[in-house]
Amino acid sequence: MAQPQTVSIDELKEIARRVRRHILEMTSQVNSGHPGGTLSSVEIVTALYFAIMRHDPKNPTMPERDRFVMSKGHATPVLYGVVAEAGYFPVEELMTFRRLESRLQGHTVMGKPAGIEMTAGALGMGLSFSLGQALAGRLDGLPYNVFCLLSDGDSQEGQTWEAIMSAAHHKVGNLVAIVDRNHIQNDGYSDFQRFPGGGDRPDHIPGGWVLPDGHTANIMNLEPLEDKWKAFGWKTWHLDDGHDFRKLIDVLNEAKAYSDGPAVVICETIKGKGVSFMENNPDYHGKAASPEQLKQALQELGFEA
Amino acid sequence: MVQTLGEKATREVFGPTLVRLQQAGLDIVCVDADLGYSTSAVKFGEVFPERFFPVGVAEQNMIGVAAGLAACGKVAFCSSFAVFAPGHCFDQLRMAVAQPKTNVKLFASHAGIVTGEDGASAEALEDLALMLSMPPFRVLFPADAVECEQAIEVAARTDGPFYIRALRPKTPIIFDDKYKFELGKWPVLHEGNDVTLIACGELVVSALEAADLLAKDGVQARVLNASSLRPMDHDALMAAANETGAIVTAEDHFIFGGLGTIVSQALAMERPTPVECVGMKERYGTSGTWKELLKYFEMTPEAIAQAARNVITRKSA
Repeated sequence: MAQPQTVSIDELKEIARRVRRHILEMTSQVNSGHPGGTLSSVEIVTALYFAIMRHDPKNPTMPERDRFVMSKGHATPVLYGVVAEAGYFPVEELMTFRRLESRLQGHTVMGKPAGIEMTAGALGMGLSFSLGQALAGRLDGLPYNVFCLLSDGDSQEGQTWEAIMSAAHHKVGNLVAIVDRNHIQNDGYSDFQRFPGGGDRPDHIPGGWVLPDGHTANIMNLEPLEDKWKAFGWKTWHLDDGHDFRKLIDVLNEAKAYSDGPAVVICETIKGKGVSFMENNPDYHGKAASPEQLKQALQELGFEA
Repeated sequence: MVQTLGEKATREVFGPTLVRLQQAGLDIVCVDADLGYSTSAVKFGEVFPERFFPVGVAEQNMIGVAAGLAACGKVAFCSSFAVFAPGHCFDQLRMAVAQPKTNVKLFASHAGIVTGEDGASAEALEDLALMLSMPPFRVLFPADAVECEQAIEVAARTDGPFYIRALRPKTPIIFDDKYKFELGKWPVLHEGNDVTLIACGELVVSALEAADLLAKDGVQARVLNASSLRPMDHDALMAAANETGAIVTAEDHFIFGGLGTIVSQALAMERPTPVECVGMKERYGTSGTWKELLKYFEMTPEAIAQAARNVITRKSA
């Protein structure tokens, strides 16, 4: 059983930089996909596969492996990019993403390639599936942990709250949820924290409203999110920077070690992180970079375009 | 007269059968959404508490948890009423079970109009259509409790998604220990060459009674038990079309998307044959006793016999 590798922070940063390039190139070459919420998850997924989880790219389905379930199935390029870097398959295959007969589908498919845990793409389903895996591990006496990555949108699905309630009820100590809290979703801003002038919330409009640029503001405010998880019986952490490897690794290790019940780490992140014109911009939730934009983005990441 | 061997609800065999199969060495778990008393799932929970997972009234979560357990090698059963599962959790069945073909078996009780007094909200008339819309699901609607027990065992021992439809009331037992349920087989329960009555669930008995009524008019009706809706018995259907030239389907479900639809589609594509469909038509159900409702909505032996007389007049010369 492969133990988490000892990888330096500098090495993790370099892996993350390569994963960002993969994400941008994968989505650009097929002119589709979801770069924004994929870039916000890069450090989280990289940390899990290179510093936290016990797994073996050469034996991806061994029963005692730690499991990573990506509920936010649209962020699939980050998962493919990271597992390719980890050695699950050749990085060259990444450029078949979203192509006919590729294993690398637009949204993840269970077992394609081996090691991808769950079929995803409809939000809200990952935490229930993760709970099932956690319960099976306890029943079988296998000491693995299940890590489930959720988005803002996932946090709005009723099924997610059904799963939150029942995971605490069953006191699973081997389940860690991670919320990639980038505050932006398909139509715009989840709440009023991340858009210009967001504090000037028109009091006369309850709920969300459409901004002059066509994005919707305050689609569904999740706050106080940590209190909600806590009230449902979870051990919680709130990380102010989900792109800081040192902090991420510390908190994920604490959450993994916690065994009295399920644990959640809410990570504040930036949608489109690392590419200036994508950061905090809802337009790149579901739109790839054009060839010119790709060139600029890769330059910003320090690659020769 | 149709010989029956007492009465039993098909839902009553669920929990006890899971107990027997777990004792026989299968790796069974059961996820429950607060209807385990009614589906008899609690019988399994009593004997194997560590393998029984209540999740509360949360059917979407139930399916997801079952899929996660199945992904770790378990034979994952879950149960509810058919209005709630698949009714509340179609997308979860599609994404977490059908597409990845996880080893999840949904046992849905209280299907059909015969749910009775609880009224329209409780009477699932769409569940077969939902489940048949997902090709990886094997879809079974046993005719009695004996067949239901065998169907559960076949589902447990066959890898991949299954849907088993069960009923609330105690219905007649028509099979003895010698009966053998087989996936994809529509056994002939009554011989005849003038018309074929294809029925599923509790209407199999009604079809046999209809065959007796027709015999009094000199009409010899073949009766097929279509408990295995997917896979269906293509050969038995084509033989019926070729040898009897007229088909009646009978199901306690809307006639859209269930048995009548799969029979009509298969015949239209290969061997066009007159078909009459007995079942729920334009209306939702209502409260009443289950026997009253079968009369009220014209799913009786008399209604099946009349459909047979009608379809025979449409045979080509």
